[in-house]
Amino acid sequence: MDNQHSTRLKVLDLVPFGQADPLHHFYALRLARPAWTQWEPGQFIMIRPDSFGLEIPWGRPLGICQLNQRHLICFFQVVGRGTQKLAELKIGEEVTVWGPLGHGFNIEDDTQTLLLAGGMGIVPFVGYVYSHPKPWNLTMLFGHRAPLDCYPVDTIKERIALDTLRETVPGDLDNLIFNLEERIHDLADQNGLVLACGPRPFLKTVQNFALKFNVRAQLSLENRMACGVGACLGCVTQTTEKWPEAEHADSYVQVCTKGPVFWAHQITL
Amino acid sequence: MNLAVKLPGQSIDLNLKNPVLTASGTFGYGREFAPYGDLNALGGFIVKGLSLAPRPGNACPRIIETTAGMLNAIGLQNDGVEHFCQKILPEIAAYNTAIIANIYGGTVEEFFELAARLNHEEKVSALEVNISCPNVKHGGVLFGQDPKMAAQVTAAVRRGAPNKHIIVKLSPNVTSIIEIAKSVEGAGADSVSCINTLLGLSVDLKTHRPSLANIVGGLSGPAIKPVALRSVWQVAKNVQIPVIGVGGITNAYDVLEFILVGAKAIQIGTANFISPTTAFDIVRTLPTVCQELGITSLDDFCGSLEC
Repeated sequence: MDNQHSTRLKVLDLVPFGQADPLHHFYALRLARPAWTQWEPGQFIMIRPDSFGLEIPWGRPLGICQLNQRHLICFFQVVGRGTQKLAELKIGEEVTVWGPLGHGFNIEDDTQTLLLAGGMGIVPFVGYVYSHPKPWNLTMLFGHRAPLDCYPVDTIKERIALDTLRETVPGDLDNLIFNLEERIHDLADQNGLVLACGPRPFLKTVQNFALKFNVRAQLSLENRMACGVGACLGCVTQTTEKWPEAEHADSYVQVCTKGPVFWAHQITL
Repeated sequence: MNLAVKLPGQSIDLNLKNPVLTASGTFGYGREFAPYGDLNALGGFIVKGLSLAPRPGNACPRIIETTAGMLNAIGLQNDGVEHFCQKILPEIAAYNTAIIANIYGGTVEEFFELAARLNHEEKVSALEVNISCPNVKHGGVLFGQDPKMAAQVTAAVRRGAPNKHIIVKLSPNVTSIIEIAKSVEGAGADSVSCINTLLGLSVDLKTHRPSLANIVGGLSGPAIKPVALRSVWQVAKNVQIPVIGVGGITNAYDVLEFILVGAKAIQIGTANFISPTTAFDIVRTLPTVCQELGITSLDDFCGSLEC
């Protein structure tokens, strides 16, 4: 049944990224525009192609890259049997999509905002940079392992200053951590805002520096999900305080409905 | 076609507008699914398991997808029965559908207290007693595996909630599910639901570790449907009280298979994760599928398996 939240969308195209590197399989998936009345960068969808059948029960959570009047763009990397099936989608095929899900990042027009992305964590920032009314207040640091052309950086580069760091040898990681510390520290004097998305160790590093320098920071988590609507309690993360509905500190809250974007001081990673 | 079903209990009957319920732990408190369909269309929904005190649940990872199913070891995370009665129930009370409270206690006394607390909540249509959770270290699964303990728990809930229809949820992780079913029937259960999850294990070859922090978890989804059908068939033949079928149902045809082997009503579980509209889709398509198969009365069709 179609409704605003769960719908069938047609695949408009599926574009592989970073073809030079056959080890990595990155794709931009363009779908027909859903009839959503609103969305926020940082929100996500659950997507389920018919080819999953009963063998692959769960939909897959994908960050929303961009939404405009004609289409919805998502971006994914093949990491397992579900994303492999997504990579086999054909143009014109219909998929089931429910969303937009969760809460997005804060957009503060006049605040110096530092975007920190690790690997696939770049996805929500494509839409963020595009939606921000004053992109000159945004800067971005992007740490990645696969070649840069595997990621959707072009539209970001068009609008804001993007610094990239590729991690190929162990020393690169130290360099990334050093850069994260320096950039977050710089923001402390400007009452700035840090927004981060990436793997858990990356987010933990950002969280540590944000708390150390007392900089406001939001972190977007990516956890394993079954339902995406707050029911299965599989994607939970631990809170540090009685928040947002939890009766007790240190309780678990759903990443799908209470997140995926959390304030850094609200969660334990 | 009239889809209304009556589950005649030993003490209290349960009337449903149709046989489609949603299984505990797969449908939150109902409100999570309100954006995806009309909750009033359902026969009812069974809320996430309630305990006396809040429970944080197990460490993560708690879920893993398997072939045609999933393992979960959530560990009954919930904010406790008092929170449910005061904060959640008022929010969902206006829905015109059966709200069934699933309860879990670590001791017989806890089961009694939970039942007593819910007995006077008018909007709670029935209690489903979880004697079979495989994911908590003490209690649940032991109650479900021992006919005497299962009977004790059932009798305690019966005493605590004399006004409510009492459903006892049976575990498939037993030598004879018939024996447990007969035992809870003897102790005053109004109906039984068959089946809870099957204990399973998933491992990661790259890390040499189990996929779940709890090591083992409960298997659910289409993979367990034949086990559920067999259980419902066996139990329905051997008890007088109604049987509610649950396990791997994903569409209206599956619903009718369960009714054919003797289920009066059914629960949609893991299929709510396949799509948040599954339960609503099943209610909508059930009359058409009945018509296609020449079924004119669910009551007559119930238990009509020829063998």
